Amino acid sequence: MVEVESLREAVAELVHDGDEVALEGFTHLIPTAAAHEIVRQEKRDLTLVRMTPDIIYDQMIGAGCAAKLIFSWGGNPGVGSLHRLRDSVEHGHPHPIELEEHSHAGMANRYVAGASGLPFAVMRGYVGTDLPEVTGTISTVTCPFTGEELAAVPALNPDVAVIHAQQADTKGNIMLWGITGIQREAALSAKRVIATVEEVVEEFEPRPFGVVLPSPAVDAVAVEPGGAIPSYAADYYERDNTFYEAWDAVARDRETFGDWMERHVLSTEGFPEYLRSVQAEGYHAGVEETTR
Amino acid sequence: MMTIAASRLLADGAVCFVGIGLPSEAANLARATHAPECHLIYESGTIGAKPEVLPLSIGDGALAEHADSVVSVPEIFNYWLQAGRVDVGFLGAAQIDRHANINTTVVGSYEDPKVRLPGAGGAPEIAASAKEVVVVLRQKSRAFVQELDFVTSVGYAKGGDSRDRLGYVGSGPKTAITDLGVMTPDPETKELTLTALHPGATAEQAKEATGWDLKVADDVARTDPPTEKELAVLRDLHTRTEAAREQRREA
Repeated sequence: MVEVESLREAVAELVHDGDEVALEGFTHLIPTAAAHEIVRQEKRDLTLVRMTPDIIYDQMIGAGCAAKLIFSWGGNPGVGSLHRLRDSVEHGHPHPIELEEHSHAGMANRYVAGASGLPFAVMRGYVGTDLPEVTGTISTVTCPFTGEELAAVPALNPDVAVIHAQQADTKGNIMLWGITGIQREAALSAKRVIATVEEVVEEFEPRPFGVVLPSPAVDAVAVEPGGAIPSYAADYYERDNTFYEAWDAVARDRETFGDWMERHVLSTEGFPEYLRSVQAEGYHAGVEETTR
Repeated sequence: MMTIAASRLLADGAVCFVGIGLPSEAANLARATHAPECHLIYESGTIGAKPEVLPLSIGDGALAEHADSVVSVPEIFNYWLQAGRVDVGFLGAAQIDRHANINTTVVGSYEDPKVRLPGAGGAPEIAASAKEVVVVLRQKSRAFVQELDFVTSVGYAKGGDSRDRLGYVGSGPKTAITDLGVMTPDPETKELTLTALHPGATAEQAKEATGWDLKVADDVARTDPPTEKELAVLRDLHTRTEAAREQRREA
């Protein structure tokens, strides 16, 4: 049963300390507003799952939300390192973080197995690499038909999956289009699903490469225009590349980061106020007219 | 020169799996010159991407806009890459060894790394399953190392026929292209051997910038200098990319 509610209520009800939480969005439609709300509510000891931890996980890890990270590529795309993630791994600040790392194909197949109700997925990979030595969730299985040995990875079934989509309709179905990455699999593998959307419409229009996530697969919908900034939402706003570049300097220094998060995330009420707060300092210029 | 040499390896009509950065630049240069019919696949799920400017990330909107298809991430990795539908994969790396195994995970030990790199991403399966692999990276002794700190993606494993025993569908890295020249694996030992030098570069420079005793082929070829057209197209691609970013900054 889908409820359209505030993001604050949805996160308070559905995300608990210690949960395994997957926020997905492959470069496109990254659920930034929801990540900020998790930081704002000071959720702790989370196992964060995401194929491509980028700025949002850098923020959540730096803010002390995460005990563990399950991922396949952790960087600031096109820019460089995630300094808060690196500080946590290299120096244990703000606390050490446990890593469980896979390849993209491994993560993708783990979600597929989770969404399919299977205990594990089979794939061709990992053999000859050092990944099985450092990652406990990589094993092998013998094909009963050919005798071939293949890689096996366990299903992912996060407690909560969070995605951002362009639209919901009044019945609570969710529609996203453009690059839709791993969101469908993440949502269908999770026990609870929160979707933030740009807007609610009466009825969907057909869209090229559109994906509809029917309402039985969604628990809560919250309307958060611009909620994927600084990533983009196709047909709503473009990627704010300058913010990805600017983030490098903010995250590089512990104090600068802490101060930035305090001013813009922790002491704001929600995402609209966050946007006003950062825009006052010259970030996300020109976003306003595209989101409203 | 590195980008141009890499772009020349992409045959027209080929299905090419593209990573971001230099590989993307090379692939798009190829598409704008000799390989207009190549099919560029980005791991975000775009097949037949035709970006007009160079994307900053693998999931930029420009990739989806004119693509032949946009599919889910599992479909890209399972139906396209793992099933052997990709002709050539371009990869970058932080470290490479003499058998073209690559590291994008950590510098130093895994438990207590000196530098934590982004990790595997799509690289292990591209290295495993693309019919051919081209590695593109700058030649420095810090990158061309005697021993990798971590094997993220397999080239020719321990050399010889050791890769064949791993059961991968792809045939492995056929070429490593650097800013100095081109290396190709010895047919028997699979050790990377310097087989071509770019204009102006010397074998001594290449040996010095390699952390192992680099073998040099008896008859080292010279890479053809960039053509007027290649340079013009690359400049144009850069100008358009920069203009697009500038426009957004001012928006």
